Amino acid sequence: MKQKTNPLLSIHSYIVIAFIYLPVLMILIFSFNTSRISSKWEGFTFKWYGSLFSNRYVMDALMNSLTIAITSTIIATVLGTIAAIALRNALKKSKTVLGMLYLPIVVPDIIMGLSLLLLFSQFHFPLGKWTIIIAHVTFSISYVYVIVASRISGMGKQLEEAAQDLGASPWQTFRHITLPAIWPGVLAGAIMAFTLSIDDFMISFFVSGPNSTTLPIYIYGLVKRGISPEINALCTIMIFVSVGLILLAQWLQNKGNRGKKASTLPF
Amino acid sequence: MRKSKWLVSPVVLWLSIFLILPMAIVVVISFLQRDEFGNLIYQFTLDNYARFFDSLYMGVYWDTLVLSISTTVLCLLISYPLAYYIANAGATRQKIWLLLITVPFWINFLIRTYAWVLLLRSQGVVNSVLMNIGIIDEPLKMLYTKGAVLLGMVYTFIPFMVLPIYVALEQMDKKLLEAASDLGATRWNAFRLITLPQTKSGIMTGSVLVFVSTAGMYVVTDILGGAKSAMLSNIIQTQFLGARDWPFGSALSVIFAITSLVMIFLFNMALRSRHERAKEGRA
Repeated sequence: MKQKTNPLLSIHSYIVIAFIYLPVLMILIFSFNTSRISSKWEGFTFKWYGSLFSNRYVMDALMNSLTIAITSTIIATVLGTIAAIALRNALKKSKTVLGMLYLPIVVPDIIMGLSLLLLFSQFHFPLGKWTIIIAHVTFSISYVYVIVASRISGMGKQLEEAAQDLGASPWQTFRHITLPAIWPGVLAGAIMAFTLSIDDFMISFFVSGPNSTTLPIYIYGLVKRGISPEINALCTIMIFVSVGLILLAQWLQNKGNRGKKASTLPF
Repeated sequence: MRKSKWLVSPVVLWLSIFLILPMAIVVVISFLQRDEFGNLIYQFTLDNYARFFDSLYMGVYWDTLVLSISTTVLCLLISYPLAYYIANAGATRQKIWLLLITVPFWINFLIRTYAWVLLLRSQGVVNSVLMNIGIIDEPLKMLYTKGAVLLGMVYTFIPFMVLPIYVALEQMDKKLLEAASDLGATRWNAFRLITLPQTKSGIMTGSVLVFVSTAGMYVVTDILGGAKSAMLSNIIQTQFLGARDWPFGSALSVIFAITSLVMIFLFNMALRSRHERAKEGRA
């Protein structure tokens, strides 16, 4: 039985949604505005997008972001998936190991960033792409683990047992039975790791070196210097890429997971 | 496959080296000294912690607490009705609303903060609109104020509060509400005595998330607040990336971590009902 909702509640909810989306919409609109400085609308243009693609710094930052995201996604997905599979059969899951796996989600970004900076400097590891990759793997592992583990927990063991009864080796069983069954989860975890990496600023800012400026670090520099229509264009592209990726990840996670409550929440 | 437990060791090893060890290093360095070039001197000292009690840093610490608590309270006041509305909507509408709340989660907060620069600066959208309507003649100074920082923080962290409260509302036992209304309770009393206590786990999770995230978020203050509104996280960031006073920065980080833990504990205490405390007292 649903009670009738109070009209004040729905008005409040629509106002909050407007409050959340209007500022972002503003960026989208201004990225097509002819005027460079004014906040008045002076005509529609694509030129800011054009100048973005001919800007060497933007392209360098984009390449860095992609290299870092792809590398860290591969490492984090392999490690996180292995952990999820390993812990599946452990009857009594060690609380220490589980706690450790959830820790990166709980530790504030600023602490993770500065503590890694201290680690790298103590061991004289030069800051650059690799230090960012290591940082991103460290926080992505948890998310991959959570997503893959939830996929595995909804899966029966009959097929694997049947395969082993029919003489398949553990590797064959994994390759032909387990992996295909958990694949959507692995993919969803990988997309999540990729998006987190492309998006991260707080941690990357601490461990980046002179030649490893990522897109968010580049945007931060621009924003600190002031407003420009190129930032609007760049932000618009980033909004569509991350939102698109997350919707894809959610779709993959829900596929075959019907009936179960799905969630894109990182907690 | 029974003996596959060792497979977890690569992850344990990775997290030990790149998560646990670095945090241990922070604690150790917070007790060390440094020379005038910023190099570490391996001698024990408590000076870094003593420096924190300087009135300058105590002021910043107080400001940080006030900002984080205000952000948490505002987020709660805005988010609870919204989460309640979503939880009571039909299945399809629930899905759409949830999607609407989660999407901004994945838009880089740098971008969302920058949007407020566009809106609040003196030649920005809000000032242009107000001046065109004729409400004001001179642009208002909104950017680089504490109000702008609070606005930016609330804006950034609303989803952190809506989602846990929604989950709690979804999971609560709805039969209790029916029972209450059958027994003649008003809707307000049913809400106060049943819904609110049943969803306090969501309120707590949301509050902790918002509080800790606000206290650790150095970018919003940096972009919307200007130099005068520096918070603890800005001071910490400067110690590492600007001033190169790592021992002091480490000490401040330890203080930040302890504050977060204390706040988590306090939220936990505050949200436990009198009833539960009474029960424990009797036991």
